[in-house]
Amino acid sequence: MSMDDTVRKSILAAVPSLRAFAISLCGNVDRADDLVQETMLRAIANIDSFQPGTNMSAWLFTILRNHFRSEYRKRRREVEDSDGHYADSLKSQPEQHGHVEFAEFREALNHLPSDQREALILVGASGFSYEEAANICGCAVGTIKSRVNRARTRLAEILNVHSAEDFGPDEQTRAVLASGE
Amino acid sequence: MNDREKTVGQSKPMETPAARSNKKPEAKPAKLGREVQARLGQQLRAMYDDVLNQGVPDRFADLIKRIDSNGSGNKDRQ
Repeated sequence: MSMDDTVRKSILAAVPSLRAFAISLCGNVDRADDLVQETMLRAIANIDSFQPGTNMSAWLFTILRNHFRSEYRKRRREVEDSDGHYADSLKSQPEQHGHVEFAEFREALNHLPSDQREALILVGASGFSYEEAANICGCAVGTIKSRVNRARTRLAEILNVHSAEDFGPDEQTRAVLASGE
Repeated sequence: MNDREKTVGQSKPMETPAARSNKKPEAKPAKLGREVQARLGQQLRAMYDDVLNQGVPDRFADLIKRIDSNGSGNKDRQ
Protein backbone atom coordinates (compact mmCIF):
# COMPACT_ATOMS: atom_id res chain seq x y z
CA MET A 1 0.00 0.00 0.00
CA SER A 2 1.40 3.35 -0.90
CA MET A 3 0.25 6.31 1.08
CA ASP A 4 -1.32 9.06 -0.82
CA ASP A 5 0.24 12.45 -0.69
CA THR A 6 -2.72 14.19 0.89
CA VAL A 7 -2.82 11.69 3.73
CA ARG A 8 0.89 12.03 4.33
CA LYS A 9 0.60 15.78 4.40
CA SER A 10 -2.32 15.84 6.74
CA ILE A 11 -0.61 13.45 9.16
CA LEU A 12 2.49 15.64 9.16
CA ALA A 13 0.39 18.76 9.56
CA ALA A 14 -1.15 17.28 12.70
CA VAL A 15 2.23 16.54 14.31
CA PRO A 16 2.66 19.83 16.20
CA SER A 17 -0.73 19.58 17.87
CA LEU A 18 -0.33 15.85 18.51
CA ARG A 19 2.94 16.65 20.28
CA ALA A 20 1.37 19.41 22.33
CA PHE A 21 -1.40 17.05 23.39
CA ALA A 22 1.03 14.18 24.05
CA ILE A 23 3.30 16.37 26.18
CA SER A 24 0.35 17.41 28.27
CA LEU A 25 -0.62 13.77 28.75
CA CYS A 26 2.87 12.40 29.44
CA GLY A 27 4.39 15.40 31.17
CA ASN A 28 7.65 14.47 29.42
CA VAL A 29 8.82 15.49 25.96
CA ASP A 30 10.78 12.36 25.06
CA ARG A 31 8.00 10.01 25.96
CA ALA A 32 5.52 12.29 24.25
CA ASP A 33 7.53 12.14 21.04
CA ASP A 34 7.64 8.34 21.22
CA LEU A 35 3.90 8.38 21.71
CA VAL A 36 3.46 10.61 18.67
CA GLN A 37 5.68 8.36 16.58
CA GLU A 38 3.74 5.26 17.61
CA THR A 39 0.51 7.10 16.85
CA MET A 40 1.72 7.93 13.35
CA LEU A 41 2.76 4.34 12.70
CA ARG A 42 -0.58 3.05 13.92
CA ALA A 43 -2.46 5.58 11.87
CA ILE A 44 -0.54 4.63 8.75
CA ALA A 45 -1.01 0.92 9.39
CA ASN A 46 -4.74 1.49 9.83
CA ILE A 47 -5.23 4.19 7.25
CA ASP A 48 -7.94 2.14 5.59
CA SER A 49 -10.15 2.66 8.61
CA PHE A 50 -9.93 6.44 8.24
CA GLN A 51 -13.01 7.81 6.54
CA PRO A 52 -12.03 10.39 3.94
CA GLY A 53 -13.80 13.67 4.48
CA THR A 54 -13.83 13.30 8.25
CA ASN A 55 -11.52 15.13 10.60
CA MET A 56 -8.04 13.60 10.28
CA SER A 57 -6.78 15.49 13.29
CA ALA A 58 -9.57 14.17 15.54
CA TRP A 59 -8.92 10.66 14.25
CA LEU A 60 -5.20 10.94 15.10
CA PHE A 61 -5.96 12.40 18.53
CA THR A 62 -8.23 9.43 19.21
CA ILE A 63 -5.49 6.96 18.29
CA LEU A 64 -2.96 8.81 20.41
CA ARG A 65 -5.26 9.06 23.37
CA ASN A 66 -6.24 5.38 23.27
CA HIS A 67 -2.66 4.29 22.86
CA PHE A 68 -1.63 6.45 25.78
CA ARG A 69 -4.41 5.00 27.90
CA SER A 70 -3.52 1.40 27.12
CA GLU A 71 0.27 1.60 27.12
CA TYR A 72 1.64 4.71 28.71
CA ARG A 73 -0.60 5.45 31.58
CA LYS A 74 0.37 2.37 33.52
CA ARG A 75 4.04 3.22 33.07
CA ARG A 76 3.61 6.74 34.23
CA ARG A 77 3.94 7.43 37.91
CA GLU A 78 0.90 9.52 38.19
CA VAL A 79 0.70 12.04 40.91
CA GLU A 80 -2.98 12.51 41.24
CA ASP A 81 -3.53 15.28 43.69
CA SER A 82 -6.48 13.61 45.33
CA ASP A 83 -5.39 14.35 48.86
CA GLY A 84 -4.47 17.94 48.17
CA HIS A 85 -0.93 17.73 49.57
CA TYR A 86 0.48 19.52 46.58
CA ALA A 87 -2.13 22.24 46.81
CA ASP A 88 -1.40 22.66 50.51
CA SER A 89 2.30 22.99 49.91
CA LEU A 90 1.66 25.78 47.45
CA LYS A 91 -0.71 27.54 49.77
CA SER A 92 1.87 27.54 52.53
CA GLN A 93 4.18 29.67 50.42
CA PRO A 94 4.15 33.34 51.20
CA GLU A 95 1.52 35.26 49.33
CA GLN A 96 2.92 37.40 46.62
CA HIS A 97 1.56 39.27 43.71
CA GLY A 98 1.44 37.48 40.42
CA HIS A 99 2.62 34.21 41.87
CA VAL A 100 1.44 31.98 39.06
CA GLU A 101 4.42 31.36 36.87
CA PHE A 102 4.58 29.38 33.68
CA ALA A 103 6.41 26.40 35.18
CA GLU A 104 4.07 26.41 38.10
CA PHE A 105 1.10 26.27 35.77
CA ARG A 106 2.58 23.32 33.91
CA GLU A 107 3.24 21.56 37.18
CA ALA A 108 -0.30 22.19 38.39
CA LEU A 109 -1.69 20.78 35.16
CA ASN A 110 0.31 17.60 35.77
CA HIS A 111 -1.41 17.23 39.09
CA LEU A 112 -4.89 17.07 37.63
CA PRO A 113 -6.49 13.66 37.29
CA SER A 114 -5.71 12.56 33.74
CA ASP A 115 -9.31 12.46 32.54
CA GLN A 116 -9.77 16.07 33.59
CA ARG A 117 -6.45 17.12 32.11
CA GLU A 118 -7.16 15.62 28.70
CA ALA A 119 -10.64 17.15 28.60
CA LEU A 120 -9.32 20.57 29.49
CA ILE A 121 -6.54 20.40 26.89
CA LEU A 122 -8.77 19.16 24.09
CA VAL A 123 -11.38 21.84 24.65
CA GLY A 124 -9.29 24.66 26.07
CA ALA A 125 -6.17 24.39 23.94
CA SER A 126 -6.55 22.02 21.00
CA GLY A 127 -9.68 23.81 19.91
CA PHE A 128 -12.00 20.82 19.69
CA SER A 129 -15.68 21.26 20.38
CA TYR A 130 -17.20 19.49 23.37
CA GLU A 131 -18.72 16.99 20.92
CA GLU A 132 -15.40 16.27 19.23
CA ALA A 133 -13.65 15.93 22.58
CA ALA A 134 -16.37 13.52 23.71
CA ASN A 135 -15.78 11.42 20.59
CA ILE A 136 -12.04 11.40 21.13
CA CYS A 137 -12.43 10.33 24.75
CA GLY A 138 -15.29 7.93 24.08
CA CYS A 139 -17.63 9.49 26.60
CA ALA A 140 -20.74 11.65 26.76
CA VAL A 141 -20.65 15.37 25.99
CA GLY A 142 -21.94 16.10 29.49
CA THR A 143 -19.04 14.14 30.96
CA ILE A 144 -16.54 16.26 29.04
CA LYS A 145 -18.25 19.45 30.18
CA SER A 146 -18.12 18.43 33.80
CA ARG A 147 -14.50 17.29 33.53
CA VAL A 148 -13.52 20.62 32.02
CA ASN A 149 -15.30 22.48 34.80
CA ARG A 150 -13.72 20.38 37.51
CA ALA A 151 -10.32 20.76 35.86
CA ARG A 152 -10.59 24.55 35.90
CA THR A 153 -11.77 24.62 39.48
CA ARG A 154 -9.01 22.27 40.55
CA LEU A 155 -6.36 24.25 38.71
CA ALA A 156 -7.48 27.42 40.42
CA GLU A 157 -7.32 25.62 43.77
CA ILE A 158 -3.87 24.16 43.17
CA LEU A 159 -2.55 27.50 41.94
CA ASN A 160 -4.41 29.29 44.70
CA VAL A 161 -5.79 31.94 42.40
CA HIS A 162 -8.86 33.89 43.32
CA SER A 163 -8.58 36.81 40.97
CA ALA A 164 -6.83 37.73 37.75
CA GLU A 165 -4.20 39.64 39.75
CA ASP A 166 -2.91 36.37 41.14
CA PHE A 167 -1.44 35.65 37.73
CA GLY A 168 1.93 36.85 36.58
CA PRO A 169 2.58 39.38 33.84
CA ASP A 170 -0.18 39.59 31.32
CA GLU A 171 0.07 37.02 28.54
CA GLN A 172 0.36 39.76 25.96
CA THR A 173 3.40 41.13 27.69
CA ARG A 174 4.80 37.62 27.83
CA ALA A 175 4.10 37.07 24.15
CA VAL A 176 5.84 40.28 23.20
CA LEU A 177 8.86 39.30 25.28
CA ALA A 178 8.91 35.78 23.84
CA SER A 179 8.64 36.93 20.25
CA GLY A 180 11.72 39.09 20.64
CA GLU A 181 14.08 36.15 20.31
CA MET B 1 -23.16 -11.84 30.62
CA ASN B 2 -24.13 -9.52 33.37
CA ASP B 3 -25.59 -6.27 32.13
CA ARG B 4 -24.75 -4.51 35.32
CA GLU B 5 -21.05 -5.17 34.87
CA LYS B 6 -21.05 -3.83 31.38
CA THR B 7 -21.92 -0.36 32.45
CA VAL B 8 -19.58 -0.13 35.41
CA GLY B 9 -17.38 2.90 35.14
CA GLN B 10 -19.25 4.35 32.21
CA SER B 11 -21.86 6.47 33.77
CA LYS B 12 -23.36 7.11 37.09
CA PRO B 13 -27.07 6.92 37.65
CA MET B 14 -28.89 10.22 37.38
CA GLU B 15 -28.79 12.09 40.60
CA THR B 16 -31.91 13.24 42.29
CA PRO B 17 -31.91 16.79 43.62
CA ALA B 18 -31.96 15.35 47.14
CA ALA B 19 -28.87 13.26 46.50
CA ARG B 20 -27.11 16.26 45.05
CA SER B 21 -27.72 18.39 48.09
CA ASN B 22 -26.22 15.64 50.26
CA LYS B 23 -22.95 15.68 48.40
CA LYS B 24 -19.75 16.63 50.10
CA PRO B 25 -19.07 20.34 49.74
CA GLU B 26 -15.89 19.74 47.71
CA ALA B 27 -17.86 17.84 45.08
CA LYS B 28 -19.90 20.89 44.28
CA PRO B 29 -18.41 22.91 41.43
CA ALA B 30 -17.06 26.13 42.80
CA LYS B 31 -17.83 29.23 40.78
CA LEU B 32 -14.76 30.59 39.13
CA GLY B 33 -14.72 34.21 38.19
CA ARG B 34 -14.80 34.98 34.50
CA GLU B 35 -11.43 36.67 34.66
CA VAL B 36 -9.79 33.75 36.42
CA GLN B 37 -11.22 31.37 33.84
CA ALA B 38 -9.96 33.58 31.05
CA ARG B 39 -6.47 33.75 32.53
CA LEU B 40 -6.34 29.99 33.07
CA GLY B 41 -7.32 29.59 29.43
CA GLN B 42 -4.60 31.99 28.34
CA GLN B 43 -1.95 30.13 30.31
CA LEU B 44 -3.11 26.84 28.91
CA ARG B 45 -2.96 28.08 25.34
CA ALA B 46 0.40 29.77 25.88
CA MET B 47 1.80 26.45 27.07
CA TYR B 48 0.26 24.58 24.17
CA ASP B 49 1.29 27.14 21.56
CA ASP B 50 4.82 26.94 22.84
CA VAL B 51 4.93 23.37 21.51
CA LEU B 52 2.99 24.21 18.34
CA ASN B 53 5.57 26.84 17.50
CA GLN B 54 8.27 24.19 17.46
CA GLY B 55 6.76 22.92 14.21
CA VAL B 56 7.48 19.39 12.99
CA PRO B 57 10.72 17.99 14.42
CA ASP B 58 12.95 16.25 11.85
CA ARG B 59 12.36 12.84 13.32
CA PHE B 60 8.73 12.92 12.22
CA ALA B 61 9.37 14.31 8.77
CA ASP B 62 12.03 11.61 8.33
CA LEU B 63 9.63 8.96 9.54
CA ILE B 64 7.07 9.86 6.91
CA LYS B 65 9.74 9.97 4.22
CA ARG B 66 11.09 6.59 5.24
CA ILE B 67 7.67 5.02 5.18
CA ASP B 68 7.05 6.51 1.81
CA SER B 69 10.27 5.13 0.34
CA ASN B 70 9.42 1.71 1.78
CA GLY B 71 6.17 2.02 -0.05
CA SER B 72 4.34 0.51 2.85
CA GLY B 73 3.11 1.24 6.33
CA ASN B 74 5.82 -0.45 8.32
CA LYS B 75 4.15 -0.80 11.68
CA ASP B 76 7.12 -2.18 13.56
CA ARG B 77 10.44 -0.68 14.51
CA GLN B 78 11.97 2.17 12.65
